[in-house]
Amino acid sequence: MGVAKYIKDERGSIKEVIYQSGIKVKPVYGPQDLEKAGFKYEKDLGAPGEYPFTRSLHPQSYRSRAWTTRQYTGFGTPEETNERFKLMIANGQNGLNVAFDLPTQMGYDSDHPLSQGEVGRVGMAIDSLKDFETAFAGIPLDRIGSGLTINAVATIMMAMYQAVAEKFGYSKNQISTTPQNDILKEMIGRGAWIFPVEHGVRLVGDSIEYAVKELPKSNPVSLCGYHIRESGATPAQEIAYAFEIAKAYIDNVVQRGIKPEDFVGRFSFNFNVYGNLWEQIAKFRAARKLWAKMLKNEYGVTDKKKLFLRGLFGGGGSGLTKEQPENNIMRGAYYALGAALSGAQTTALCSFDEAYTIPTPRSALLSLRTLEMLMDEVGLRDTVDPLAGSYFIETLTLEMEEKIIEEMKEVQKMGGMVDCISSGLIQRKISKQAYEFEKGLQSGEYKKVGLNTHATDGQAEKTDAGAVELHEYNEEWATKSKANLKELRRTRNDRDVKDSLKALEKAAGCSDNVMPCLVKCCHAYATVGEMAGVFRDTFGEWNEPDFY
Amino acid sequence: MPEIRDILEGSQIAGARMIRLIEDNDPSAFEMLKSLYPYSSRAFIIGITGSPGVGKSTLINALITQFRKLDMKVGVIAVDPTSPFSGGAILGDRLRMQRHATDENVFIRSMASRGQKGGLSRATKDTAVVLSAMGYDIIIIETVGAGQAEFDISSLAHSIGIVSIPGTGDGIQAVKAGILEIGDIFIINKSDRPKADAAVLQLEMMLNMRDTRGQRPNHAVTWAPRVMKTIAQKGVGVKELAHTFLSHFDFMKENNLIKPKKDAIEKSYFNSLLQDLALEKLLLFMKSSEAYMEVLQKIQSGSIDPLSAAESVVDNLMVTRNLKVTRKSNDF
Amino acid sequence: METKNKIRILIAKPGLDGHDKGAKIVALALRDAGYEVIYSGLHQTLEQIIQTAAQESVDVIGLSIMSGAHLPISEKLIAMMKEKGLDDIFLTVGGVIPYQDIPKLKEMGVSEVFPGGTSFEEITKGMNRLF
Ligand SMILES: Nc1nc2c(ncn2[C@@H]2O[C@H](COP(=O)(O)OP(=O)(O)O)[C@@H](O)[C@H]2O)c(=O)[nH]1
Ligand SMILES: [Mg+2]
Repeated sequence: MGVAKYIKDERGSIKEVIYQSGIKVKPVYGPQDLEKAGFKYEKDLGAPGEYPFTRSLHPQSYRSRAWTTRQYTGFGTPEETNERFKLMIANGQNGLNVAFDLPTQMGYDSDHPLSQGEVGRVGMAIDSLKDFETAFAGIPLDRIGSGLTINAVATIMMAMYQAVAEKFGYSKNQISTTPQNDILKEMIGRGAWIFPVEHGVRLVGDSIEYAVKELPKSNPVSLCGYHIRESGATPAQEIAYAFEIAKAYIDNVVQRGIKPEDFVGRFSFNFNVYGNLWEQIAKFRAARKLWAKMLKNEYGVTDKKKLFLRGLFGGGGSGLTKEQPENNIMRGAYYALGAALSGAQTTALCSFDEAYTIPTPRSALLSLRTLEMLMDEVGLRDTVDPLAGSYFIETLTLEMEEKIIEEMKEVQKMGGMVDCISSGLIQRKISKQAYEFEKGLQSGEYKKVGLNTHATDGQAEKTDAGAVELHEYNEEWATKSKANLKELRRTRNDRDVKDSLKALEKAAGCSDNVMPCLVKCCHAYATVGEMAGVFRDTFGEWNEPDFY
Repeated sequence: MPEIRDILEGSQIAGARMIRLIEDNDPSAFEMLKSLYPYSSRAFIIGITGSPGVGKSTLINALITQFRKLDMKVGVIAVDPTSPFSGGAILGDRLRMQRHATDENVFIRSMASRGQKGGLSRATKDTAVVLSAMGYDIIIIETVGAGQAEFDISSLAHSIGIVSIPGTGDGIQAVKAGILEIGDIFIINKSDRPKADAAVLQLEMMLNMRDTRGQRPNHAVTWAPRVMKTIAQKGVGVKELAHTFLSHFDFMKENNLIKPKKDAIEKSYFNSLLQDLALEKLLLFMKSSEAYMEVLQKIQSGSIDPLSAAESVVDNLMVTRNLKVTRKSNDF
Repeated sequence: METKNKIRILIAKPGLDGHDKGAKIVALALRDAGYEVIYSGLHQTLEQIIQTAAQESVDVIGLSIMSGAHLPISEKLIAMMKEKGLDDIFLTVGGVIPYQDIPKLKEMGVSEVFPGGTSFEEITKGMNRLF
């Protein structure tokens, strides 16, 4: 997808620049622009580490600590994933981002007919606690945090993470897990939803409530503007929709008699970095500020640290091209530069071969090195928020803030995010935009190097360039998972399984929190498919709205 | 080419291919329909209509579930508009009913309006003939925009359900003029939203005031239209709705209303066939006649105006050539 | 009714993968190119796809597959189409498809392959080649 619209005059000079969020950029900015926008240092920026945190969450930012890097890993069997985890930690990785295969994400066991051909394909296959025991063997769960890329059945994986930690002798107070657990964005973008909207939101609410009460170091939700952007949202919508989704979850938890102050500090975000460099930087600065302002003014949050927009700014999958895949290495570096100039706390980078496949170890390492270069070699740690005070960046940040507010108001006018998603309003808007962007890309209105401009003609593009190695799907993953599952079903205590699932059914059917029951199910070695099956029977499945 | 026998045996593939021939206005469809027509009177046809987005498809999805519980075979014809710009269409109603796709006793067919509304109502009727001959007990037709003259669902179905939703102001949204007269069951869907009860009341009031003069002449008993609330997404109220449709059917049977309804449906089918055939055949005939070429030349040479020319061709045909038309029509 | 025969295409998302942006924008592009498009929605079993194609009497089934499972899925669907007597329907496949898999798909009986990034123009050209 392209970045911005450039309208040129007859002589080829750029006459007009329009960003995807709809902001027009002037050729030159000066002090009068800041004045016109009503820019005030104290109100709009403040010192780094001070409200509204436009500049940075911490007074010293990268001076005190470089960003944390994350990579999305996990494929095939829990054994292979465990090896990869260990390798990554040895390479300096300080957090894990775990990928699950589609059957696991959709709450089916490896031996379910719908799992055929998918077991272990895009992430690791988890059927029961046995698999988590293998995957996390020897990982110091009190030091290494784990992001779990799972949504519809996030409650189940969160419970399983607690169960595996307990099995290994850690207490639930020590572990830190961040399940993605953002079901509403799945309904806009990534498509791994199962249950109807209101039940999906209720499960998110259950996990937040449980984390507040039982898992002091875990962050129950990671709000993913990322996938909303990947689906065709503009950068302003990416932030606006993620915030409106956050509000839907907050409202659910507040109804349970819990104060926002008690949990919003545990929300984290996952935002995208591809597109126009300046628009991205302004987006992140505006988002930090707006989130803090919103929590303070609308939800009465006072504790400074709880106003932080924590999160991962990275990825950028949609920006990558299949043509000339090596170009993605450079492209990724520029995206990472944008993230660094925005003061990203945590980052990750799509590997250059992601347009084809899940990253290979070689490409994953290249991404990691790209990020390290910025921090350790070229000077991104030198000073906090180096772009602050730029006439352009500050004006753009203010304009971006306004655009985001505009998009949020529109959602509110239509009855809030839950309604907008149930009725398909957001999906329709986004798929229409995606279509328009794609047309613009194909017509060359949006420029993409190697694709519609500066493309090297010829055969090279139509073959999988030698630089990309492909994962072969291994049938053995499924065979092995199925064998393990069979063995598990033979050896586990059926009584415990039945009882724990019964209790789960009861909790799901009334408004009791399902989390404690899920932990018991996991300990009893109930399978993911069995637990999700209870939810399926109780909640039914979502009927997706149309998109055109 | 689908076989009549397969269609009568209920083969979905044969039936679907037959419907495709109808949609594409394939000449062979006409002959085949003649063979199927005698078998087409058994199904109970329900029309579901209302503005876009009120939940018709979702409701039909839930209705299918209910009728299936009664072990009835259900056919659905869902009509979506063709884009006036490209002539293409995305047919999205089916998306809501997709969980019934593998039920062999359910047949769902999406149709694009493809321009002309008059032709659409004939193609829809033709399709209903096929589904009925295939053995479906219930046929549900989903169309947008009730009460529009171009596409009159009431000339196709035994029972008409009009779907609307609680309004954002007071009362109901999307009840257009003219539909009060054709509805048998009025459905307030999305009654999980506020003001659903107000909408029911308002609709009942409007129905009480509706002008029924001339609507159902000479029948001592008439069906009093019902107003029902549903939440289609959750299936709430849908069982009751399904049974109300069936009791409307029973009511019609008990009170000898089926025959007049059937007569009305057949008359309107006959009229639309007549219109299509007359237009198609006579036009083709006239265009291939010598008189047509002569007159066309006259127009081009300026010796006659197009209006007088058209009149003269038709008049000429009617007065002198009508016998030939009758004979010629066998060729089509 | 227009007499011009319209081409009917089922755009289907088989399996568990939920990345539907590509399928949706292709559906929109095909509509704008004058086709009648039926969209299956997500998480479809091959049985659902087959039944839908049969009931809708489509000319083409266009699968969108992003999970990497295009080879086994296509193979199985083709076998099912044969068994059902639906092998006069063309099968096309789009999504994350490595170029090296294109010959394999074609050999199986897939009529056209549209890897991610194929332009709308190429897709309509490809579709038109079938008729
Ligand atoms: N809140 C609510 N939404 C509904 C209900 N029934 C349908 N919808 C939603 O309304 C939208 C339009 O539904 P659809 O069946 O496609 O409407 P149609 O255009 O009339 O066929 C969808 O997003 C449905 O999920 C209901 O009873 N309550
Ligand atoms: Mg509909």
